Amino acid sequence: MSLEVNIRKQLGTFSLRADFACESGITGLLGASGCGKSMTLKCIAGIEKPDHGRIVLDGQVLFDSEKHICLPPQKRGVGYLFQQYALFPHMTVRQNILCGLHGEKDRDKKELQYRDAVDLLQLGGLEKHKPYQLSGGQQQRVALARILVSRPRLLMLDEPFSALDAHLRLKLQIEMKDLLNTLSTPVLMVTHARDEAYHMCERIAIMQDGLLLPPRPTKQLFADPRTVCASVLTGCKNQAAARKIGTYEMEVPEWNVRLTTSQPLRDDLCAVGIRAHYFHPLCPQNRLPVTLVREMEEPFEWVLQFRFPGQAEESQSLWWRLPKDKRPQSFPDTLGIAPVNVLPLYPLSSVDLSDEGNSIF
Amino acid sequence: MLEQVFSGGFSWFPLWNSLRIAAIASVLVFFLGILCAYYVARLPRLLKGILDVILTLPMVLPPTVCGYFLLLIFGVKRPLGMWLASLGIRVVMTWWGGIIASLVVSFPLMYRTARGAFEAFDQTLAYAGQTLGLSNTYIFWRIRMPACRQGILAGIVLAFARALGEYGATAMLIGYTPGRTATIATTVYQLWRTNDEAGAMFWVMINLLISTVVLLAVNMLEARQKKAVKA
Repeated sequence: MSLEVNIRKQLGTFSLRADFACESGITGLLGASGCGKSMTLKCIAGIEKPDHGRIVLDGQVLFDSEKHICLPPQKRGVGYLFQQYALFPHMTVRQNILCGLHGEKDRDKKELQYRDAVDLLQLGGLEKHKPYQLSGGQQQRVALARILVSRPRLLMLDEPFSALDAHLRLKLQIEMKDLLNTLSTPVLMVTHARDEAYHMCERIAIMQDGLLLPPRPTKQLFADPRTVCASVLTGCKNQAAARKIGTYEMEVPEWNVRLTTSQPLRDDLCAVGIRAHYFHPLCPQNRLPVTLVREMEEPFEWVLQFRFPGQAEESQSLWWRLPKDKRPQSFPDTLGIAPVNVLPLYPLSSVDLSDEGNSIF
Repeated sequence: MLEQVFSGGFSWFPLWNSLRIAAIASVLVFFLGILCAYYVARLPRLLKGILDVILTLPMVLPPTVCGYFLLLIFGVKRPLGMWLASLGIRVVMTWWGGIIASLVVSFPLMYRTARGAFEAFDQTLAYAGQTLGLSNTYIFWRIRMPACRQGILAGIVLAFARALGEYGATAMLIGYTPGRTATIATTVYQLWRTNDEAGAMFWVMINLLISTVVLLAVNMLEARQKKAVKA
């Protein structure tokens, strides 16, 4: 099971450039809205046609601009779960699922596979319902059943949880992950939500303004995002321009501070990222004087905004988040950051597009 | 008048002729309208604009002008008319000429309503069908058409009503020959012209009855559509 994608597509001023490979497991495409994630999925599914490039799934060429190969979506064997599920509104649950079994001519086999899918996705009792009579979660399961019976070689999920109520989301993420783990089908999942990507995906590829960076293991990406965009997308709240002044030391002019890191810095260092959770009143390293600007109470956490002395006027205040029970009696005069939590960020152009993407697989 | 109807000296021909002309024209308009709506909706903008004007013109032109154009095309002394005549087909002054006149005049109603319905169609449903392996023909007839069925049904009913009431183009192309080309509309005019007020009134009533039923059907369809949208 492997997917190789190398495509280019120009849409007005927007240009899409996606080069990546993925094997079994769940791979996430994480990016802001409108950055081209869904377009990438559509190109793989054959709904949109790239201008140039090649798409190969399990050794079969789905698209090759040089050899003028462009298989229609029907022949690609790629399952696509749409954001709003795209259930056929005039058909019952049963009819919807049977659409995925259209190619199966043997009636008994068809019925058997249909039953399996209904059992797997717990749709018993809903078979005569129309889509509008179902809840969001049930609609999602019907859409998934309809795709799974068609036995796709690759499953693509487009923002699968965005149409659901917040309190259902986590429950369904767990259910979906359990289900996907029982299948051997590789999964490509598009999302703009950090938590969702972290829960569901083994690897994540960051997408920024139409450019897709190679996938990296999820934990590695969150621990060391490497680019400003990746650090924002993985939920890092504090960023500022920075430059290298020593192997393990950088200067952040905007904040008027110097920070030490645990990993050696490269010369092209351009920025630094610090997650809001990683400031610590007791940490001895990188201790810096701070003044409180504002505090906000959340149900289980405090969100505090502070500034460094001598911080540039136009520079934004920094964010510090801490659990309520960890809150000190009074706001501390100084905060520290463990060097491992100082994230060095590099320009997009210098992040070697080939270094990990291909060596991992 | 009524004695005539019951004594048997009365001809129901105009009703029968109007109904068959409208029915056949509606069936043709159904397919032509859907075909044009489907393909025009996906053309590039400029071409779409031009074709849209041409296809909608018969709706805003006086029907007599449409009839005039039809005579220019199908007249027995015109190239197409002569060619058809050589095949033994005459359009002018025959009842099936009426089908062509009604078709041209009622086509825009079907075309426009169908196009509106197609443009409102959620394209991801078609994409979903494609990725599930359904053929494009299957998607068109079993997914797109049912999803747009209320709009398309309303279009066909309107087109039928228009075809039934067609007078101008029909009168130009097939005239009025009792028992051969007479329709309800042309009969009303002819009877009134010959001072047969009772006869004209009778056919007016028949026409009112049919039109009322048709409009009731349209309203019921719209009410059902609103209900479906709510659901």
